[in-house]
Parts: sequence; C-alpha cells; structure tokens
Amino acid sequence: MNKKESLNRVEIIIGKYNYWAYILLMMIGFYAMIGKKNLVKKLIGMNIFQTSIILYFISTGSKKGATIPIVEQVPGEAARAIEAIQYINPVPHVLMLTAIVVMVSTFGVALALLLMIYRKYQTLEEDEILRLRK
Amino acid sequence: MHPLDREAEAVISPFNDVIIQTVCRILIPFIQIYGLYVIAHGHISPGGGFQGGVILGASFILLCLSYDIHETKKRLSQKSTLIFFSLGLIIYSGIGIICLVLGGKYLDYGQLHKILPVNPVEARSMGIFGIEVGVGITVMAVMISIFLDLASEGEQKGELE
Amino acid sequence: MKIIALIAVCLTGALLIYGTMDMPKWGDPRSPASLHVSPRYIEKTVEETAVPNMVTSVLADYRGYDTLGETTVIFTAGIACILLIGRLRQ
Repeated sequence: MNKKESLNRVEIIIGKYNYWAYILLMMIGFYAMIGKKNLVKKLIGMNIFQTSIILYFISTGSKKGATIPIVEQVPGEAARAIEAIQYINPVPHVLMLTAIVVMVSTFGVALALLLMIYRKYQTLEEDEILRLRK
Repeated sequence: MHPLDREAEAVISPFNDVIIQTVCRILIPFIQIYGLYVIAHGHISPGGGFQGGVILGASFILLCLSYDIHETKKRLSQKSTLIFFSLGLIIYSGIGIICLVLGGKYLDYGQLHKILPVNPVEARSMGIFGIEVGVGITVMAVMISIFLDLASEGEQKGELE
Repeated sequence: MKIIALIAVCLTGALLIYGTMDMPKWGDPRSPASLHVSPRYIEKTVEETAVPNMVTSVLADYRGYDTLGETTVIFTAGIACILLIGRLRQ
C-alpha cells in the first residue's frame, strides 16, 4: 500500500509539474503587483503575470511525441496522410498571439500614463502620490 | 530650465560612439530584409504578419538608440507613422470588402478567384498573404510610434540642441 | 503591508495548486483542448487553404475576423499614446 501511494504521488508530480511552475511565476508577478510601492515595479509585475498566463495556455496544447504544427511538403512527392495525433494543437498558439499583442498594447499605454503622472507629481511612489493628492 | 529638460536631453542624445554607430549602420538593412523574409514566408515556416512587423519596428528603434532621435525623425516622422497605421488596416478591411463585393461573405477569400487567375483554393492562400502584409505594416508603425512618443515626450517640445 | 501581500499570495497559490489536481496530464493527446475543433483544422488545412503552416491558416483564414479585431486593438493603443503624450506642453 505504501509503494502504491508513493508511485501515485510521483505520477501526480510528473504529470503536473509544469502547471506548478507556471503558478509560481504567476504568484511572483502577483506579489510584485500588490506588494511593491513603486509604480514601475507594479507594471513589471503585471507583465510577468501576463507572460505566465501565455505559457500556461500553450502548455495545454502539447501532445506527447508530436511535432510542430507545420506540414512538411516535399515538392514532387504525393501528399502524405495527415493525422491529428502527429501535430500539436495549433489553436492555443493562435489565441496567444492575440494575447501577446494585447500585452504590448497595455504596456505601451500604461507607460504613457506613468509619464503623465510623473510630470504632474514629480514622483513615482504610490504613497507619496496619495499624500500629495490630499 | 524645466527640471525635466535636462534628464530628457540626457536620454535622447546619450553618446556618440564610433563602434556602435558603424556596426548598427551596417546591420540595420539586414535586419529589415530579415523582417520582410519573416512576413513573406509566413506560409511555410513559423512567422507571419505580427512577428515580421515587430522585427521591422525593432530596426528603427535600433537606429534611434545608436544615433540621435532627430536622425530617426528625419527618416520617419510621426505624421508618416500615422499614415502607415491606417494603411495597414485599409489593406485588411479592403480585402474583406472586395470579397463582399464579388459575391461572398466578408473575408471569404475564395471569391478572389474571380479577379485573380488562380483556382479557389489558391485564392485563399493569396488572401492570407494580403492580410499578413497589412497586419505587418500596422504593427511596425505602432511599435515605432509608441517608442518615439515615450522617448521624445511630445512633439511640441522643439529642438533640444 | 508586505506581510498581508505575502499571505494573500501564498493563499492564492495554494488554491491554484489545489485546482490543478483536476487538470489533464501534460502532453495528453486526449485532453479536452485537442478534441473538438482542432483535429478538423489540422486535417483540412492543406486541402482547403493550400497553406502548410497551420497556425497562419487558423489565424488568418478560419479566425480572420478575430485578427481584424486584434489589429484594431493595437491601432487603438498607438492612437491612445499619441493622444496622451502629444499635448503635454500646453
């Protein structure tokens, strides 16, 4: 019974350790967003958070022993049969291209807002800005 | 002088180093050719519109970092980037409307075989290439425009030197 | 303040790890993400669109409307930056 339990635990770790790595990255980004006082550090935390979400989605589309989603066509040969189990799932890659573009857009607009905040308050620390607004 | 002018001046014209300027001047055309290669070969190798557009935009940012920001603005002013923004989207929507006019649905590239001398399956491939070009132009212009905005902090600032 | 942030982060992390017990194994070819519409995209991409790259054909042909929306998003971000910064000295 002990050997079965420990084998089950090892199987769980082997099957899911990638999700735990992405959760670790996500929590690092989350801590930077809520625990730091500088506005630029919060922004970098948001970027780390979004990157971990992108990695998580792409990992849900992988298949064991499959190759990249591009059909190899040798010119001159007849077309081979394409089976869905030989190629990894292309749909998460497509959705994450959109997510990367949205990430870059929000980062650009947020930096522009930070520039305006700095021009008005001459500081980028959150508690000093709250004190100056009162 | 406004206290931020001194910092802004330090950011925009940092140094004039011979090695960096020479190497970047040689490398930038090759980076642009690589960006165009990635856009054009989106069909058969990893790549496509977004990736190639970012590489093209990065070549202009390299020019801005190694030289002055005024050199970059002489080559591509902010008004030209505004024209490129809209050009990419017009290409994309224009292909969709052409498909609508020719009798299909919006963005149904199979209808393009009525004006191009190919069969309907190849016409879809042509349509995909057309919209990738449009997306690449828009992404390149947005990357350059955001960087120029953040680095120069406003167009009305005037000349710094 | 940092202690509260650390406790919140650890709690969220523990909840998320408890949530991954239900998820499919890494690399399972029968996971729900690979079952419904993606085998059709994989099998029909060369005969319907003559483009060997499946990611490009899904992005630009089968889901072309979403890519139009995404291009509009990045266009709006560029316009927003110009509107925010272009009028600073007035």
